[in-house]
Amino acid sequence: MTNPSRIPFYVAVLLLIGAGISLAIWRHMELGIPWLAGEQRPVWMVEARIDFDSNNGPVLASLNVPEQPPGFSIISEQAASPGYGFSIVGKNGNRRAEWTKRDVVGPQTLYFKAQFVPSDRDRPDLSARKPRAHDVFWEEPQATAVREILDQARERSSTPESMTREVIRLMRPDGANQNTALLASDGDNISLLVKMLNHAGIPARTADGLRLEDARRRQQLMPFLQIYNGSRWLTFDPKTGEQGLPDNLLLWREGSASLLDVVGGDNSRVSFSMLRQTVPALQLATMQSKSNSLGYLGFYELPIEEQSMFRLLLLLPLGAFVVAFMRMLIGIRTSGTFMPVLIAVAFVQTALIPGLVAFVAIVAIGLLMRGYLSSLNLLLVSRISALIILVIFITAGLSVFGYQMGFNTGMTVTFFPMVIIAWTIERMSILWEEEGVREVLIQGTGSLFVAVCAYLLMSIPLSGHLTFNFPELHLVILGLILLMGQYTGYKLTELRRFSPMKVYD
Amino acid sequence: MGWISPRALNRLGMLNMNRRNVDYIARYNERASYPLVDNKLKTKLVVAEYGVKTPRLLQVVREQHEISHFREMAEDLAGFAIKPAKGSGGKGITVITGRDGDEYIKGSGVRVNAGYLERHLTNILAGLYSLAGTPDVAIVENLVQSEPTLARYSHQGVPDIRIVVFRGYPVMAMLRVATTASDGKANLHQGAIGVGLDLGSGRGLNAVQFNRPTLLHPDTGLALENIQISDWELMLEMAARCYEATGLGYMGVDLVVDANEGPLLLELNARPGLAIQMANGQGLLPRLKTIEKLKRPHFTPQERAEFAMATFAARA
Ligand SMILES: Nc1ncnc2c1ncn2[C@@H]1O[C@H](COP(=O)(O)OP(=O)(O)O)[C@@H](O)[C@H]1O
Ligand SMILES: [Mg+2]
Repeated sequence: MTNPSRIPFYVAVLLLIGAGISLAIWRHMELGIPWLAGEQRPVWMVEARIDFDSNNGPVLASLNVPEQPPGFSIISEQAASPGYGFSIVGKNGNRRAEWTKRDVVGPQTLYFKAQFVPSDRDRPDLSARKPRAHDVFWEEPQATAVREILDQARERSSTPESMTREVIRLMRPDGANQNTALLASDGDNISLLVKMLNHAGIPARTADGLRLEDARRRQQLMPFLQIYNGSRWLTFDPKTGEQGLPDNLLLWREGSASLLDVVGGDNSRVSFSMLRQTVPALQLATMQSKSNSLGYLGFYELPIEEQSMFRLLLLLPLGAFVVAFMRMLIGIRTSGTFMPVLIAVAFVQTALIPGLVAFVAIVAIGLLMRGYLSSLNLLLVSRISALIILVIFITAGLSVFGYQMGFNTGMTVTFFPMVIIAWTIERMSILWEEEGVREVLIQGTGSLFVAVCAYLLMSIPLSGHLTFNFPELHLVILGLILLMGQYTGYKLTELRRFSPMKVYD
Repeated sequence: MGWISPRALNRLGMLNMNRRNVDYIARYNERASYPLVDNKLKTKLVVAEYGVKTPRLLQVVREQHEISHFREMAEDLAGFAIKPAKGSGGKGITVITGRDGDEYIKGSGVRVNAGYLERHLTNILAGLYSLAGTPDVAIVENLVQSEPTLARYSHQGVPDIRIVVFRGYPVMAMLRVATTASDGKANLHQGAIGVGLDLGSGRGLNAVQFNRPTLLHPDTGLALENIQISDWELMLEMAARCYEATGLGYMGVDLVVDANEGPLLLELNARPGLAIQMANGQGLLPRLKTIEKLKRPHFTPQERAEFAMATFAARA
């Protein structure tokens, strides 16, 4: 029986579920929060080592460090160099690590370490202005040679990219071209390429890249050519003319700034070593969200103590879901609608078996005591109050007893919701008097069964992970609970309860 | 016992718990009317305005200090019943059927003194028997003396007749009689017998105990199918009239037949149970749908009762 008035309801529920799931997927993609708890991500730890001989005086060493290398994001940076003042200065294409010290004697070694994660996020353009090709003056006979090569290349190309490829191809030192031989005689091929391209009106510059291979030491940077195609910088291999960055290539330096300057030292060199590490993806996501401050990561902003409370709170909807499922679809009777959820939460803290034993013990002792209380003919409120106090006594007694017997779990029994237990005992004992032991056992085991199911669901590490890191998934749970509220079919237990009807069928 | 397939249940038109809650109770019963039926005192007062008789109210105990008046009032009464106004499922009901000097004799034959009854009243006031433990009031009402032809069938206690009324139309009825197993209480799940009644005639159709069909009363050995309720049309009309009194579209009306006063309303229930279907060996859904499909509902309780008698009579 479908009622037209329910269609908006279903649409709303679907929207709710859709919103929850898509928000979770979006946050997974955008912030890199992993779906699974134990997921690991590769991280490159790169160490730059600077060596120089000091001139026995003050020293300023400054190393160009990456800011937003394409294909990677930086998750941590640190310098290790005893006695040196250290800071990272500058932005927008020239970010430098600077070491300073007043009196320096002898050979020196400085270290700079950074961790990089591969990321496919687009980097924003850092430069405020569009780069322009700068003018270059050539003397004869180079001027003619350059003009000829550029004319040749321009003829066979249509875009800045193809022009660059052509120039690189023509400048390849294979001796076939006289002009090339003339120009390349001074050796530094890459700065020549930069000059020529700028001359041709294409903004060009050099960049230094580092090939990332696990556990390599003393690596040097490799030069790359970059041109600006009107909207962004493109990288070319200056030897092969191949466009784009190879995998695992980290651009350490881009632009015209020098890689290393040492004032007050000679013989300065920089070399790199690297290591492939793995870190939990979740840790990575939190680190990244902190560093770029736009990635709001929910509860990680809270103090640890609040966090662990929220962890527990956020598990509650799962328990409510289990109760709704068990009651509406299966048809298990429990004493008190949500008592099982609270018990399950207590189990999460005490662990299952000790929790079960303690709970059954407390309720059983409580029922005995309540038997005595009922013979006193007290008013209800004072009886419940007395029961609460008794429950606290029993719990305290069990804790001390457990502790002396060497069970640490005795202590955590205090997580049981005392008031709820007192009410449970009261209800059970009335049930006992009026409906008999059978009903008490049915409802008692029903409640415990539901509590254990809820506990099992809540104690899966994945549930804790998902509920805490993707709180929006609770919208999905909410939607499912709302949907269950619309279920008008038979409960599982009804198929048994109504089974005598078979004779009338 | 085994299992029954959902398809078979659908064929029988069995109403289930979820559907009762969503499609009938939630849709046809207004929340605002609940207090009328959840409070037996209010029920008594409101149905009286619509000409539905209930056991005569002897005293209402609202405060602890009023309990002392109870002793004076009960002094020369032979039989009465003490009930929590907001109780349910028979909880907190004490039926006194006779006196022996200073002592009161309960329906079960146990003798108690006035102090016991006063403590019982105290418990009721404190809310021991009310839902959620809220404070309550106690009602003292006249003892219902069951009509002898019906009383024969019951082990102790008063047999009561449950009629499910949907939008003012009686749709199904059953008689509940206590047994030794049910300890004199007319609660089906405690072992009372439910006898499905033919709406057309008020005759017994089919009986169940513990959900299983039975033919004879286990204590008295009487054949249950021969039961015939007297004043049947009047009872259906009383049940139909409760719709006007409460406005509840889907409810259970509990009636008893008193030897002196005839049919009396005992209580109303906004969430009537499903066991009536098993006592009748029929599902409620087809009947409920018949009523839902009615283009022009009847206006008077009498018309509705007649319609139900004609439409839902057992086909011989
Ligand atoms: N006035 C009365 N006289 C005799 N028995 C009564 C009286 N009132 C209630 N009872 C007995 O108590 C049972 C339960 O009463 P009822 O009013 O239906 O309360 P509940 O809501 O608890 O079911 C009835 O089935 C009947 O056997
Ligand atoms: Mg009743």
